[in-house]
Amino acid sequence: MTDKRTLLDPTAEHAPARRERVTRPISLEGLTFGLLDISKDRSDIFLDQVETQLVERGLTVRRYQKPTFARIAPTELKQRIVVECDVVIEALAD
Amino acid sequence: MRKLPDGLIAIVKRDCPTCRLIEPVLGELATDQIPFVVYTQDDPTFPATVPDVVADTSLEQSYQLNIEIVPTLIRVEEGREVERIVGWNRREWQEFTGLDDLGKGLPDYRPGCGSKSVEPGISEELAARFGRARLKARQIDLAPLEDEIEACFERGWTDGLPVVPPTTTRVLRMLTGTSRTPEEIVGIIPPNNVECTVEKVAINAVMAGCKPEYLPVVLAAVEAACLEEFCMQGVLATTYFSAPVIIVNGPIAKAIGMNSGINALGQGNRANATIGRALQLVIRNIGGGEPGGIDRATLGNPGKYTFCFAEREHNTSWESLAVQRGFGPNVSTVTLFAGDGVQAVMDQISRTPESLARSLAASLRSVAHPKLTLADALLVVSPEHSRVFEEAGWSKQRLYRELMALLRIPSGDMVRGAHGIAEGIPKERISDQALISKFRPGGLHIVRAGGNAGLFSAIIGGWAASGPRGSQPVTKEIRL
Repeated sequence: MTDKRTLLDPTAEHAPARRERVTRPISLEGLTFGLLDISKDRSDIFLDQVETQLVERGLTVRRYQKPTFARIAPTELKQRIVVECDVVIEALAD
Repeated sequence: MRKLPDGLIAIVKRDCPTCRLIEPVLGELATDQIPFVVYTQDDPTFPATVPDVVADTSLEQSYQLNIEIVPTLIRVEEGREVERIVGWNRREWQEFTGLDDLGKGLPDYRPGCGSKSVEPGISEELAARFGRARLKARQIDLAPLEDEIEACFERGWTDGLPVVPPTTTRVLRMLTGTSRTPEEIVGIIPPNNVECTVEKVAINAVMAGCKPEYLPVVLAAVEAACLEEFCMQGVLATTYFSAPVIIVNGPIAKAIGMNSGINALGQGNRANATIGRALQLVIRNIGGGEPGGIDRATLGNPGKYTFCFAEREHNTSWESLAVQRGFGPNVSTVTLFAGDGVQAVMDQISRTPESLARSLAASLRSVAHPKLTLADALLVVSPEHSRVFEEAGWSKQRLYRELMALLRIPSGDMVRGAHGIAEGIPKERISDQALISKFRPGGLHIVRAGGNAGLFSAIIGGWAASGPRGSQPVTKEIRL
């Protein structure tokens, strides 16, 4: 009957209506980085540069790649990144 | 109040035989000098006798004019309704319009039909769409491709199971279950100590899957949880297993179809399942009590999704929990007990109250730990077990007294280190007592529930901080 879909907030409304992002880490020290190549041309060139800089700072880096940039990442890949990494950098480069 | 056009207004629908019968009458009125507007609810080509019919297929006019029956004829003077008649009564219509020959040849009287604006489930839709804003909760618009149920998960509003998305229509429908106004304050919800309105409880009751008729029970449960003696903050924050167990007494349990019989503590009954869940969602969503946040339970228990049942009050000589707690037998109440999981007691052999009481007492010793006395207990006696007592003339009070006597345990068995177990009561707390009571006075609560077959009862252990230092059971009357 109504076109716009609206829900009523069931909370005490102390948090903003927009969903908040995950809190950023205070320090990068000791964290494992996941570098996710979304399979667009030359993402790898950009990520190679990022990896070099991170490794120079003594950080741990793992590389991942989506099968295609056109679709969202497969669940299995997302789960692997969540288990193996603390921080993820996703590269969009053309 | 908006201004209406002066003259006469008729509201009709083609689906109504009386409206069809008076089609010529409406035509006569349309040719008269009095200004005349016809709203039609279903078919804008009806009545064919009137040239400028106004379509009210959205039912906005019908809703605003509060139409219950069609046909309705309204007289408006100076922008305000002064009079209305419903159905067809020839003499009434003639007097109302001042046209002596109106409807000549038609039957004297025909009743009208129900207005489309009051069909089941429609009125809340119309109130949500056209009503003046009664609700205060923040409205959250969903993105076009966002799934409603996933949206609730992603915003952290659920207990881990899907919830019913709380739309305005559903919340307005829920609010029809209570006579209280949406803005009334129900209580201060721990752990964040937030003021909670009837409207916010209704939103969470929708999400839990409640019917509107359950709302008074949910509201009473929320009120009870806010009572100082219940100590909801502590029950939530503890590393122990506890959560509110809701026991419903009185006529409302039957009226809303609660289960006190087969599988009373289990799944499958909508009222039992959703009332208990609604209370948990209120504490989570309004109070901010989330697992891993203020809720520090080491293991928790499945009753933290929902734990609610009715006492089986029929075919028994036993007084109900509510009566024992000072309420009349025809008063509906909720009692909250800070409890953990269900421990089975199996005794299929005892046929005397003495033997069965010893069985129950032996099992009750293990609440929290056989060598500790910290926790209350809720004993749920099944009908086959209660029959053993009732046939021997034992009231619930008698069973309570006998169990309390049987649960005076030699202090040598309870002291730390006894039986090669380090846990137990510190020696200095025992001093020279020969016997130690397992439960504090009033710390053993007895209710009756369950199916007809099965010589089993159930023990629901209480919080390790039972009594005045922690949580005490609380009872609230249910107001409709």
